[in-house]
Amino acid sequence: MRMPSRRRGTRTPTQADRGIVSAADWRRSRVRLAMRILQGTTLLFLLIVGLGPLLWMVKSSITPTQDTLRMPMALWPHGFDLGQLATAWSRTHIDRYLLNTVWIAAGSWLVQIVVATTAGYALSVLKPRFHRILSGLVLATLFVPALVLLVPLYLTVVDLPIVHVRMIDTFWAVWLPAGASAFNVVVIKRFFDNLPREIFDAARVDGAGPFQLFWRIVLPMSRPIIGVVSVFAVIATWKDYLWPLLVLRKPDLQPLSVRLPTLQPTTDLGVFIAALTISSLIPIVLFLLFQRLFLRGPGLSGAIKG
Amino acid sequence: MSSYADGDVMHKVSSRRWPRVRARFSRDGLGSLAFLLPLLVIFGIFSWFPIVRALVMSLQETNLVSEPTFVGVENFARVLADPLFATAVRNTAYFSFLALLIGFPIPIVLAVIMSEARRGKGLMSGLAYLPVVVPPVVSVLLWKQVFFNASPNGLFNTILGWIGLGPLPWLQNATSAMPSIVIEATWAGAGATVIIYLAALLTVPPELYDAAEVDGASIRQKIWHVTLPQLRGVLFVTLILQLIATAQLFTEPFLFTGGGPANSTMSLLLLIYHYAFQNSLGGEYGMAAALSIMLAAFLGIFTAGYFWLTRSWSTSS
Repeated sequence: MRMPSRRRGTRTPTQADRGIVSAADWRRSRVRLAMRILQGTTLLFLLIVGLGPLLWMVKSSITPTQDTLRMPMALWPHGFDLGQLATAWSRTHIDRYLLNTVWIAAGSWLVQIVVATTAGYALSVLKPRFHRILSGLVLATLFVPALVLLVPLYLTVVDLPIVHVRMIDTFWAVWLPAGASAFNVVVIKRFFDNLPREIFDAARVDGAGPFQLFWRIVLPMSRPIIGVVSVFAVIATWKDYLWPLLVLRKPDLQPLSVRLPTLQPTTDLGVFIAALTISSLIPIVLFLLFQRLFLRGPGLSGAIKG
Repeated sequence: MSSYADGDVMHKVSSRRWPRVRARFSRDGLGSLAFLLPLLVIFGIFSWFPIVRALVMSLQETNLVSEPTFVGVENFARVLADPLFATAVRNTAYFSFLALLIGFPIPIVLAVIMSEARRGKGLMSGLAYLPVVVPPVVSVLLWKQVFFNASPNGLFNTILGWIGLGPLPWLQNATSAMPSIVIEATWAGAGATVIIYLAALLTVPPELYDAAEVDGASIRQKIWHVTLPQLRGVLFVTLILQLIATAQLFTEPFLFTGGGPANSTMSLLLLIYHYAFQNSLGGEYGMAAALSIMLAAFLGIFTAGYFWLTRSWSTSS
């Protein structure tokens, strides 16, 4: 991670733009033509493959089912049927399941932020005894594949050890395990590690205790990283399927992702595709709003760089 | 992130004042404990305890009704003797192979072309990433109901019909079901890898291209002798990460085919699910835990061996 920044300092502006194809290459008309064709094809390919299926889904949610079934590639041979969106929203109760998804995402987000910020603060700033061992134990869970946890975690939620509480069919069963995300703790701790210690010392000299330091200084300074973790947390909860399927058995409590497969056999295809469109709306809007976080996301996990 | 170096310096400067502050805070142990509490409770109950429990459970006969009893390695033996286990291993390996065969090179090619674009780089990376943000359930159901529809009027079959091919059975047939799943999984996942490569391409020192040009290298030679060797470290990591991810295939076969037709898409994770949750009277939790641990151990040993074997290639860059 240090490499590019050092280079940015020494590079002259003219060099900054260069990639594999040099300025001299670009001046050759044959290269220019070839590059233009190659990039045009790539753009077309990405439009068809990346955007195409989604556009098709939106289109089919507002055109009659018969057209979708008989002529999937025709644009709108028999006009539109906007009623499908309304039917999906009200009669198949997408509204209620969407609200469940929102609740589950909100609670999971809160638990994740509370655990990650307090843990990051304790391990990075307060550094109690054993903080190294604790950091190691958190880091170690990153290397345990999620699948190992599936069955024992399920049994834990069925019968919480010591207190013997059954969390099945409550949102707690999704909210609380979501907090055990080592990725969040590691990312936030690394951010706290890089905050200037002078400010902490100054605050302590002024008589700030650990709580005031956390609430008044560390949290306000870490808005950017909390934003990043939040967006990823919400999208991840939105995409989650297997875990809510296991722990939320009552249809009234299930999020959209869990309900959709069960709705499919009894729902008219057009209405069903309208429901799919509604389900993907919020993650896509979040993505468009926070594009930068996603497209520069890998920079956060420096581990990727080999 | 240039603040790294600065942070280190600051840390050293401030550490002289640190002991005084440390002493203050160790007296204030209650504060530290209060901030550690969420971590200890949540990770303790929902991460550390279940990991240990998985190990213990794999040696036990467990159901939710009677007390668990230790049965040694019997769960492991029963899994290994299950004919479905061999099928699941074969299918998962087949999926990993196909998914890497098309899913590993495509992002590299896309990222190299995209990084050379003078305009529209943001648009192209946005388009590439779009399928990644669509909830997996939505994309799987959309592909299942319409794109992979096996009738001549299915979307893919309509397109194939234009060029006089098909109709293909897609998910309905034991030989074409797994390749169909691979196509959807690649579509859903490739964008994330493209973004990683785009970031990695920015770190290739431009001096290397300059030097290659002085030596008279063509564009193709620059890609082959500069770009790809410089990406080596990233490529090694993404390859193993993709492999680990493909070994945990679940949502796609679960929703597309339920493991069929004729168990041709029964993956290892799907088998774990079947052991634990298929039987409503109480699952074979011990067998599920045993299979989970075998798969995790295999992936761990495989990863360690992989890094050990490739250590000389990936670090020399």
